[in-house]
Amino acid sequence: MSKILKNQIFIPIAALLLLAVFNLIMDPSFFKITLGYNSAGDPVLSGYLMTILDYGSELAILAIGMTLVTAASGGQDISVGAAIAISGSVVLRVLCGRDHHAETMQAPIIVAFLISCVVAMIFGAFNGTLVAFFKIQPMVATLILFTAGRSIAAWINNNELPIVNEVRFSYFGGFIPGIPIPTPFFIAAACVIVIFLVLKFTNLGLYTQTVGINENASRLNGLNPEFIKFLAFVILGLCVAVAALIKVSRLSTINYSVIAKDIEMDAILAVALGGNALSGGKFNMTASILGAYVIQFLTTTLYKFNVPADALPAYKAVVVILLVVFSAPVVRDFISAQWKRLTKKGVTENA
Amino acid sequence: MKKKVLAVVMAAAMVLGLTACGGAAPAADGGGDGGLIKIGIINNDPNESGYRTANDKDLKATFTEANGFQASFAYSLKNDEQITAAQKFIQDGVDYLLLSAADTAGWDSVLKDAQAAGIHVILFDRTIDADPSLYSASIVSDMDKEGETAVNWLKGQNLSEYNIIHIQGVMGSAAQKGRSGAVDAAAASDGWNIVTQQTAEWNAEKAQQIVQSVIDAGTPFNVIYAENDDMAKGAVAALDKANISHGVGKDVIVMGFDCNKWALQELLDQNWNYDGQCNPFQSQYILDVIKTLESGQEPAQKTIIMDEKGFDATTITADDVNNYGI
Repeated sequence: MSKILKNQIFIPIAALLLLAVFNLIMDPSFFKITLGYNSAGDPVLSGYLMTILDYGSELAILAIGMTLVTAASGGQDISVGAAIAISGSVVLRVLCGRDHHAETMQAPIIVAFLISCVVAMIFGAFNGTLVAFFKIQPMVATLILFTAGRSIAAWINNNELPIVNEVRFSYFGGFIPGIPIPTPFFIAAACVIVIFLVLKFTNLGLYTQTVGINENASRLNGLNPEFIKFLAFVILGLCVAVAALIKVSRLSTINYSVIAKDIEMDAILAVALGGNALSGGKFNMTASILGAYVIQFLTTTLYKFNVPADALPAYKAVVVILLVVFSAPVVRDFISAQWKRLTKKGVTENA
Repeated sequence: MKKKVLAVVMAAAMVLGLTACGGAAPAADGGGDGGLIKIGIINNDPNESGYRTANDKDLKATFTEANGFQASFAYSLKNDEQITAAQKFIQDGVDYLLLSAADTAGWDSVLKDAQAAGIHVILFDRTIDADPSLYSASIVSDMDKEGETAVNWLKGQNLSEYNIIHIQGVMGSAAQKGRSGAVDAAAASDGWNIVTQQTAEWNAEKAQQIVQSVIDAGTPFNVIYAENDDMAKGAVAALDKANISHGVGKDVIVMGFDCNKWALQELLDQNWNYDGQCNPFQSQYILDVIKTLESGQEPAQKTIIMDEKGFDATTITADDVNNYGI
């Protein structure tokens, strides 16, 4: 039992089960999934679970990058929301060209996406350079982009709000005709598979943890800690570009001031929920990704129970405090010690 | 070493910040303005919304040198930065100070300074909690009336029952209060059923999730009352996904606010039913006030409420889309 408690992935799974049981008791129809048709006549699966898989995807993708950044640099990137605005703005700028309401796309989607990837990685590299080479606290370094990012995003499109009218663009945030499962889930799954292959077949995971645990020791062992940190931020940039594509595709347009607002906090929370130390070092990627879906599960649950609008953040805060306190090593050690004492007592009494 | 580098970077950031402020509020030229009327305009960030972008464009188009004005602009969504910009304009000796305040409180002392310096203050778009003697005129939208116009339109639809999804803006903002107030009042007096009432904070995607949640629960509804166009768009995306028809003569009535051009186009295409205007074109009203003040008179009314329309999808024309779309 104490082994299970000690396992990092226990926290997000416990949270997920708790939320699932709560919903099961309150209203079992929460788990109902129905097959219907959307207005274009294509089959779609709908239900709360599909909603969670759908909307949790961007967060899961961001959690991948955020976990690496956290592990390597011992700090968090708070500019991901602003970076999504920039990256999304680039996608629309390339697709729409000069005409903001172009009837047809001016460039293939793949070109727009690749350009946005490059831009997002450059901004990631900017953050990475400040953190790795200039040794600035990650939160301070990314504060620059956090502040300026949305203005940059607006500037890219001359402050216009471009709209893509082609239906193909909406597939990324919606459904591909004939496939009833939301596309964002497939995109997230692809990202997860890629990162697991990378972690399995390269030393990225090992090196990242080494740098996070002890930078000097890693240097003495022949690693280049600056480069590893830099790389983590660039990878996060790539995650941002993927998440941004989904976000702008959902509505085929962008609103610079509110797109992906406060998503950085949810992404950091996903990492924390995964039981990863926010001060860097060892990490568990699966736990972070699960953490992201737990947050979406919570959000969807709160929407379902019609929590009064102005009270919603308060409810979320209470749940978050509980989860984070429970995942703190001190509390978990205490619980497992208590558990041990209880079981020991039971054994002696039996004897 | 680490600290030193950090200190240098912070110092550099501050210097950059200073120049940025300088850019926002260009220094007055040393006299010789050739009889131009000098005005300082303090506005919210034009990136905030389509409304603000249109508002900023309108002001820039009106207060040009060709029209006899020398205008300086300062933008911020933060009250303290706006107050600093106002102090700067007062020092620069502007003739008029145009202000769309980020926050209603905290303006008394700086406006007293302006009064002492003989500067006329004209508020636009947003009011403040200050003594009316401190400003010459206030040109505002009546958000309560916007809500009432929309709700009266909805009453006029004579539906057999009203099951409304009410998507609110950022709680506590003037637009949210005015537009929500009318719905709440009508729900109480006419027995309308509010299926859900939640804030999406002007965010299309949150609105999409809220509507999705109602659809997932299987609760019937026939009206979507979204307090801006973006949120209405998000709601419609959720409807499309569930194959629920919307628009003129369809299952669900869609209502939005702000009259973005693309939203009015949706009305014209009969996909939405109603869009309420929130007039961003205040410059003509301001111009009238300045003309009156220049001729030595006081404006007839201190608070000027702008004309605002509500568009119905069955009567909207292509001209309306071009003239009123922002």
